Amino acid sequence: MNSLPARYNRSIDWVTVLLYLLMVGVGWLNVYAASYSPDTPANPLSSLSFGQLMSYDWFKQIIWIGTALLLVVMVLVVDPKAYDTLAYGLYGLMIVLLIITPFIARPIAGSRSWLELGPVRLQPAEFAKFITALAASRYLASINLRQQSFRDQLVLAGLTLLPPVLIIAANETGQALVFAAFLLAYFREGMSPIILLILAAGAVILILALLVPKLWLLAGFTVLLVIALAANWRTLRHYIPLSLGVWAVVVGMVFGVDFFFNNVLQDHQRKRIEILINPSADPLGVGWNVTQSKIAIGSGGLAGKGFLQGTQTKFDFVPAQSTDFIFCTVGEEWGWLGSIVTIGLFMGLLGRIGYVAERQKSVFGRTYGYCVASIIFFHFCINIGMTIGLAPVVGIPLPFFSYGGSSLWSFTTLLFILLAIDAARKQDLERY
Amino acid sequence: MQYLEGRKYVVQAIFLAVALVFATRLFYIQVLDSSYKLAADRNTLQRIVQPPYRGLIYDRKGQILVQNTPVYDLMVVPREVKQLDTLRFSQLLQLPLEEVREGLQQARKFSRVKASPLVQNLNTQELAAIQDNLIDFPGFSVKARMARSYNTHTMAHALGYVGSITPKLLERPQYAKYQPGEFLGITGLESFYEKQLMGRRGVQYRMVNVRGIEKGAFRGGEYDTLSVAGQDLHLSLDSELQGYAEKLMAGKRGSVVALDPKTGEILAFVSAPMFDPEMLSGKGMGNRYMELLNNPEQPLFNRPLMATYPPGSTFKLVNELVALQAGVVTPNTPFACNFKLVRCTHRHEYPSNVGIAIKQSCNPYFYQVMRATVLRGRSSNRFEDARLGLGEWRRQVMKFGLGEKLGVDMGNEKRGLVPSPEFYDKRNGYHRWTYRTVYSLSIGQGEIGITGLQMANVMATIANRGWYYTPHFVRGIGSGGPLPEYQVKHTVGVDAQHFEAIVPGMMSVVDGNGGTGNNASLADVGISVAGKTGTVQNPHGDDHATFAAFAPAQDPQIAIVVFIENAGFGGSSAAPLAALVIEKHLRGKIAPWRHRWEEWLPGPADRFIKRRKY
Repeated sequence: MNSLPARYNRSIDWVTVLLYLLMVGVGWLNVYAASYSPDTPANPLSSLSFGQLMSYDWFKQIIWIGTALLLVVMVLVVDPKAYDTLAYGLYGLMIVLLIITPFIARPIAGSRSWLELGPVRLQPAEFAKFITALAASRYLASINLRQQSFRDQLVLAGLTLLPPVLIIAANETGQALVFAAFLLAYFREGMSPIILLILAAGAVILILALLVPKLWLLAGFTVLLVIALAANWRTLRHYIPLSLGVWAVVVGMVFGVDFFFNNVLQDHQRKRIEILINPSADPLGVGWNVTQSKIAIGSGGLAGKGFLQGTQTKFDFVPAQSTDFIFCTVGEEWGWLGSIVTIGLFMGLLGRIGYVAERQKSVFGRTYGYCVASIIFFHFCINIGMTIGLAPVVGIPLPFFSYGGSSLWSFTTLLFILLAIDAARKQDLERY
Repeated sequence: MQYLEGRKYVVQAIFLAVALVFATRLFYIQVLDSSYKLAADRNTLQRIVQPPYRGLIYDRKGQILVQNTPVYDLMVVPREVKQLDTLRFSQLLQLPLEEVREGLQQARKFSRVKASPLVQNLNTQELAAIQDNLIDFPGFSVKARMARSYNTHTMAHALGYVGSITPKLLERPQYAKYQPGEFLGITGLESFYEKQLMGRRGVQYRMVNVRGIEKGAFRGGEYDTLSVAGQDLHLSLDSELQGYAEKLMAGKRGSVVALDPKTGEILAFVSAPMFDPEMLSGKGMGNRYMELLNNPEQPLFNRPLMATYPPGSTFKLVNELVALQAGVVTPNTPFACNFKLVRCTHRHEYPSNVGIAIKQSCNPYFYQVMRATVLRGRSSNRFEDARLGLGEWRRQVMKFGLGEKLGVDMGNEKRGLVPSPEFYDKRNGYHRWTYRTVYSLSIGQGEIGITGLQMANVMATIANRGWYYTPHFVRGIGSGGPLPEYQVKHTVGVDAQHFEAIVPGMMSVVDGNGGTGNNASLADVGISVAGKTGTVQNPHGDDHATFAAFAPAQDPQIAIVVFIENAGFGGSSAAPLAALVIEKHLRGKIAPWRHRWEEWLPGPADRFIKRRKY
C-alpha cells in the first residue's frame, strides 16, 4: 500500500480541492468580518487568553477548519471501497442516533437535535445527509435500473424519507427539507421526470394558491384547459379522460395546498411563507430577518463597503449573521461583485462535481457524486434565496461559508468521500 | 445508460438558472435599487445636531437688544416613567396637578419611547429647585438649550419673536433641515433674518447598533461638522428714540415711522398698542401669546406694515407732484376754493399758488389739480378720457412705492391700494365713471389705501427731492453692511425742481401764520420742519389724525409719519407728537417749554377731539 501523499498526489481531483480551500478561506474571512468587533485588540492571538478567544466565532471557526482538514486526511486514509461496503451499516447507526437524539439532547433554540460532547456540539442531522447519500447510492447500484420494480422504488423512497421524518420529529424542519435534493440525483439516475414536474407544478400551485383567490385560480385553469382542448380538438379529444383526471388532481391540489398551509404547517412556518409573498408585512416581527438581510445586502452596492466596513451585519441588525445569514456579510462588504464571485465559486464547484460524477465508472460513484452536488445546490439555493427574499426563511447553512463545526465537517466529509472514490477510480486504472 | 446521459445537461441548466436568477436579483437590490442604502443609513446612523448660537441684535448705537440665555426643558420618556407620584411631582414643579397629567398624556400621544418636553423654558433658578429631586422620578431628564432674552422693553413688533417650529412649517422645503421642536424666528426681524441669525448647525454622525447603543463616530468623524454661530444684526432703530416714541403713543392705536431719508434706515417703528418683547419668551409664553392674541386692541397687529388707511390730506403732496411733472399745472397756478366741487375744511385766503393751497390744505384746489392731471382730452369720450387719465396718474403714483410692497426687511407687508381704471370698471361698469366718481383720490380719501411705512417713504422721497432707498431695519449683518437690495437708489420719475416747488408750502404748514401744522413748529430751537397734516375720514368712528413731515427742511435727517386712530384733526395730536420725535432725534433733548406736550400726549386718543356742539 502506498503512503497517503503518494496515493493521492496524482489521482486526487486538485481542482475540487482548490475550490474547496478557496471557499473555506473566503468563508472564514466573512465569518471573521461578521463576528469582528471594534473592541477586539489589534493582535488578538497574542493578547487574549484562549478562553477569551473562544468567545469569538472567527477563532472557533479556525479550530473547525483545522479539524475539518484532519477529517479530510481521515476520509482519504480509509480505503474507498469501505464507503460502499459500510454504507448500510453507517445508515443503520445513523437511524439509531437520530432516534435517540431527541431523548438525550438538551433543547437548544426550540429543537432537541444537538448532541453535546464536552465543548463540542454536533448535530446528527448534518451527518445524516452524506450517510443517506452513501446508502442510497449503494442501493441504486445494487438494483437493475432498467427494470426498476415498484418495490425497488418503494425501498429507495423509504430509505430517503426515513431520516427526514426522524429529523422533523426532532423539530429541525430545515435540515429535513434538504433531503428533497436527492430527487435531482435520482432524476439523473433515471427517475421519471414526471415526478419532478408534478413537484414543480405543486410548488407553482402552492405559490399561486397563496397569491390568488382559490376560485379564480380554478376558473383560470379550467378555462385554459378548455381552450387547449377546443383548439386542438382533433388531436386531443382522445385525451379527455386524462384531462379530466388532471383537472381533478389540480382541484385537489389547490384545496390540498390550502389544507396543508392552514392545518399542517406550524405557525412560524406559515408566517415565513407569508413573509415571502408579502415582505413588508410585520417588518419588526416575522419579517425582521428578511427585511434586515435585504437591507444589508442591498446597501452593499456594486463593489461593497469594504472588508470589516459593513454596518448592518456588524451592529447586529442581521440575526444569525455568522451562521445562516453569512451571505449578508458577503453582500454588504463585497457588493454585487463579491456576490457574483461567491455564486461563481458555487457554480464552479457544482460543475466540477458534476464532471467528476459523470466520469465515474460505477453507478455507486456517479449517484453519490450527484447526491453531493444536489445537497450543496439545495443549501446554496435556499440559503442565498432566503437572504434576498426569494425563498422562505429556512435555517440551513451556506456550505463552507457559514460558521459552525457540524456543517463544515459534514460538507467536508460529503465532498471528500467523493474525491476518495474518484481517486480510487484512477488508482484502479493505473493498477491494471 | 447512454439515454440518461443527456439528463446531466438538464441538471446543469437548473444549476445555472438559479445562479442567473440570484445574480439578477442581487444586481437589482444592490446596484439598481438605492432604497436599501437609505434604509441601512437609517438603521445605523444617528445624526446628532448641535444647534448653533443664534446671532445677537444690536440697536443703532451699539446697545445690545436681544441675546441668548440658557434655559432648560424638562423632558419625559413615557415608557421609562415608573410608578409616578403625580401629586408629589406636581408639587415639585409647582404646577397644577391637572396640567402635569395633561402634559404626560400629550407626551404619551407623541411617542412612548421618544423624549418630548413636559415643561419648557425653565430658568436656572427654577431648574436648581427641581434638579436634585429629579433622581426620584425615572423617565424625566433635563435638556439645556439657548433661548432669547431681551435688554429692552420696546420695539416688540420690529424684533419679532422666536418659537418652536410648527408642524405646518416643517413640511415646507425651506425648513427641511429643522427638527420638530426646534426654535426659529416666527415674526419680525427674527423671522426675516432667520437664515443669518440661525448660523449653521453642527452635525455629528454616530453609529448605533440594533439596540441604539453608540458604536463610535461614523467614518472617524469625516462627515462631522462644527456649528457656526449666527451673524449679529445691527439695527438702524435707535432704542432711545423708539422708547420715546412708544411712550408718547401710549394708550392709543396707531403708528409712528421715522426714517433717515438719506439711507432709508428706519429710526423708529412704533405700532400702538405696544407690548413687551419679553412676553413672548420664557416659561408661560404660550399663555401670554394667547392673551395678546385675544386682546380686542390687537397688540400683535403690526400696524405700520399691515394697516392700510386712506392717507388723507398728506396725499395732496403726491397729487401736486404728479401734476407738476405732467406739466398740467405750475407752482403758480391758482384754483378757486370752490365749495361746489368739494367741501373745504375751513374758510381761508384765496389759493393763488400751490404754497397757499398746501398751507391751507385746500380741498377744491387739489380737486382741480388732479382733474387737470386726469382729464386732458386724450379721448373725445369723457369716460375714456377719465380712464386713460387715471391710468397714467396711477402709474406715476405707484413710482412712489405706493400700491406695491416696498420690500422692507420684514414679512407680512401689505401692498395698500392705488385704484386702477379696471378697479372702477369692475365696481361701476366700463365707461360708467368719470373724474367726478374718483375725485376723492385728489384729497387722499376714497378707495386709496396706504400703510404708515409707505407714507414715511413718500416723506423721505420728498425730503430727498426725488429718490429713496427702500426702508430697512438692518444696517449691518455681522461685520458687513445691509442686504444688497437696500443699497439701490430708487427714483420716482419726478424732477427735483418740482419738489423744491412744494417744500416752501410744507414749511409754511408748520411755521407759516395760520398753517394747519403750527403745533409741529420747532422754529424756536432753529429747526425748520416741512410737513403736512391729514385728517382721515373714518366711516367707523372719529377721524384718524395723521402728520407727515421731514426736518430740517433744507438738509433732511429725519422723515416721519405719525398716524393716530380716532384722534380727529391731524394738527392737534399727530403734529406735536411728530415734532417731539424730530426734536429728540435732531437735538437729543426736548426744549423745556415743550415738556407739557410730553405729559399731555400719552394717553387715549379721544381727548384730542374737540367735540362740536350741535
